[in-house]
Amino acid sequence: MTYLFNTPDQEREMLRTIGARSSEDLFEQIPSASRLDRPLDLAPPLGEMELERELRALASRNSGSGSRACFMGGGVYDHFIPAAVDEVAGRGEFYTAYTPYQAEASQGSLQAFFEFQSLICRLTGMDVCNASLYEGGTAVSEAAFMAMRVTDRHEKVVVLGSVHPEYRQVLRTYLSNLKCDLVVIPTPAGTADPEQVRAALDDKTACLIFQHPNFFGCLEDPDELTKLARSVGALSIVSFDPISLGLLRRPGDYGADVAVAEGQSLGIPMQYGGPFLGLFTCRNEFLRKMPGRLVGRTTDRLGRSCYTLTIQAREQHIRREKATSNICTNQGLLALRATVYLSLVGCHGLREVAELCCRKAHYAAERLSAVAGLSRAFADRPFFKEFVLSCASNDVEPVLACARHAGFDLGPSLSRFAQVGDGALQNGILVAVTEQRTRQEIDALAAALANERFALAGRPAAAGRQEPSASR
Amino acid sequence: MFPASDVPTQPLEELIPAAQLSPQAPSLPELSEPDVIRHFVNLSTLNMSVDTHFYPLGSCTMKYNPKRHERLARLPGIADLHPYQSEHDSQGMLQILFELQQMLGEISGLPAVSLQPAAGAQGEFTALLVAAAYFREKGEERTRVLFPASAHGTNPASAALAGFECVQLKVSKTGLVDLGELKTQLDERTAVFMITNPNTLGLFETQIIAIAQMLHDVGGLVYVDGANMNAILGITRPGDFGGDMMHFNVHKTFTGPHGAGGPGAGPVAVRDFLADYLPGPIVARDLAPAGQPTFRLTIPARSIGRMRTFFGNVGILLRGYMYIRTLGPAGLKAVSTNAVLNANYLMEKLKDVLPVPHGKRCMHEFVASACALQNDRGISAMDIAKRLLDYGFHAPTVYFPLVVPEAMMIEPTETESKETLDAFAEAIHRIVAEDPEFLHRAPHSTAVSRPDDVQAARKPILKWEPATS
Repeated sequence: MTYLFNTPDQEREMLRTIGARSSEDLFEQIPSASRLDRPLDLAPPLGEMELERELRALASRNSGSGSRACFMGGGVYDHFIPAAVDEVAGRGEFYTAYTPYQAEASQGSLQAFFEFQSLICRLTGMDVCNASLYEGGTAVSEAAFMAMRVTDRHEKVVVLGSVHPEYRQVLRTYLSNLKCDLVVIPTPAGTADPEQVRAALDDKTACLIFQHPNFFGCLEDPDELTKLARSVGALSIVSFDPISLGLLRRPGDYGADVAVAEGQSLGIPMQYGGPFLGLFTCRNEFLRKMPGRLVGRTTDRLGRSCYTLTIQAREQHIRREKATSNICTNQGLLALRATVYLSLVGCHGLREVAELCCRKAHYAAERLSAVAGLSRAFADRPFFKEFVLSCASNDVEPVLACARHAGFDLGPSLSRFAQVGDGALQNGILVAVTEQRTRQEIDALAAALANERFALAGRPAAAGRQEPSASR
Repeated sequence: MFPASDVPTQPLEELIPAAQLSPQAPSLPELSEPDVIRHFVNLSTLNMSVDTHFYPLGSCTMKYNPKRHERLARLPGIADLHPYQSEHDSQGMLQILFELQQMLGEISGLPAVSLQPAAGAQGEFTALLVAAAYFREKGEERTRVLFPASAHGTNPASAALAGFECVQLKVSKTGLVDLGELKTQLDERTAVFMITNPNTLGLFETQIIAIAQMLHDVGGLVYVDGANMNAILGITRPGDFGGDMMHFNVHKTFTGPHGAGGPGAGPVAVRDFLADYLPGPIVARDLAPAGQPTFRLTIPARSIGRMRTFFGNVGILLRGYMYIRTLGPAGLKAVSTNAVLNANYLMEKLKDVLPVPHGKRCMHEFVASACALQNDRGISAMDIAKRLLDYGFHAPTVYFPLVVPEAMMIEPTETESKETLDAFAEAIHRIVAEDPEFLHRAPHSTAVSRPDDVQAARKPILKWEPATS
């Protein structure tokens, strides 16, 4: 067998040592009534070469960003990943280790996570950062749970409709068996209406959750939102885009109590949705109520500086049902990737990435909204690297198909989140522009859509649902 | 380091309101690529890992991570696939995930599978919410979740997170669930009994069928924590011994690498009558009368909702898929057979110095106690664990489960040779003969030794700060 070592002779010797006649004997604890009396019904084994052939064939049936230029967004972006990130994360010393319980055997991971915490604190302007949560959606939910502990308010959580619909779905699931109301404030104008927010908050509210830049790519007014939360004694929780902090003011600058994020943009491949990286930062006073692992610096018995897991009295393996979270396995390797990414790009590189995204996104918004029948939704709202392209509702699929046909992926279409509700228009398409996109690609996309619009204009509405290739 | 902008560059203030712009670039260090590489490569050498050392960390199943998985996970169409890519353009990925659902259903004997949960603890939480939704729909108010004292800490933590009252049961002298105690606690308030089987003492719960019957008699559900599936692949299935729900740890049993703490993947499998409550998306297959079947994403009818964004920890699920495809049915059974053989062999080699209080035979791991050594010579489980690092072995899990004093939880896994196990046993024998004072100061050969954890927690330093002058 592929990954097993012992020879039949060794096996016999080991059984003799144990005092067992056969390896079957070793399973005698298992009642025969519950023993499986047949082989598992699974496909026969594959050698390495056959496996590779099959995986390559399966992979070729997917269209990744290598096959079409990716203008897709919605929380996952096609940012550039420097080779050095893969090189470091590909070291077996990192990826085949586990949680650094034995500090002396794990100083490499521990120091890397300490550096991760340090870099994310500097990036966000927040006091304290944990060593990672699963991803951006659960990070929001963990933040809400912490807010309930901190404020001792367990009845009400308020979230803006401009927060990623899937983050809100996760939050709803997490709260589903608790007696806590989840109040969603609609954002039909693309960003929060402060009056509506004010009206929704009261002295029972544990937290106000917003996203900035929000799900539609628009910038919220974070100073106003954190102030509103503070005025009722609720915590403000912001979900941010780490790349945006190359340009935008930091959560610590606008007074966020908790700042969380999806860290995928920091050197993590899109890989169909995960594993990603939940970033969790907050103010110092919540330290002992935080979820997740923390790495601290200390000294060893000879006075040498070193690192160790710390403040573990919050965690499930010590506190069990009183723990601040049930998280155990986190996203260590992805935190390492983010650490290497931030170390490589540095302050100027991150600023460059953010500027490039911002400028190219604005250029793309201008070019695409110049196409007849297309416009940028929420046109009066400033945005960062992503925007909603609006069109007649029965044109969404033709527009996506036309772009695809011309070699570009857009999306997701907002209709994908119709069942979540409370958001905004359904006839929109998210378009995200990273530093990897070029003017040439943007121009070609706009030209293809303009041609398609021209073709569509001459047809009855129903014809718009056909594949564009059929009309050429 | 990035190319100049190829689009018109107007002042940023025309794009973003000045009040939103940061006055300066983010305060990150500036380093050259060689600096970065040398720094992290040198850090990596301070780690012990499966690739470099025997790593018998009990309960964590630190088996070998096949290199073919790493290469294939980076393929174009896999690594660069956006989660919102259309179903039409993700058919290969959806087929992989559909087949993995089928495989896990077969391996568990619980046919309905959701691949959403990001790790084992989230799998537990998921299943408890599934149970809550199921009872809510039935109109039954069930508020309690039961688990033995030997359970992982995540069990009670997940139950509390899901809004249940936690009831911890004593463990019998044999290390198994105490049926008498269970009986006194069972009533119509019981929602779920969480049981790890094989349990955290490395023992199979021989009364499991009777236990499941007791739960079902009061209308409760049995949740199997699948942390220890490595012992029973192809030998017995949670669905066959009375489990109603379970989670897998793909990063353990199916060798998704542990990544210095994660990522994991914690798919859940449940009986048919709970399938409608699973979190989605789930992959469905449409068979075509002629030609290839097609795959699409669905949300179960009464779904508890999403547990996380997007599909799941696909990168880890994919490695699990590749592992199962590589081994096949006989290979998986051989994995468990060898894992159990290795554990029993090592237990036998160590029991003269590290006796095992519970059970004559073990499954894939065993929990020894350094209690006698502690009493006779003042050598603790921690001393042995630390000294093992000097001998070139990662330490076992220590001080868990809590029901064994001076616990050393040792899980060799199937991917270790007899030679390695012999060398490890010999190292332990040498260690326990060493001067206790010397052991209290161990390890002696590592870069650091015995960090001051008290200081770390009392005066936390959790980030780098520039020296203040």
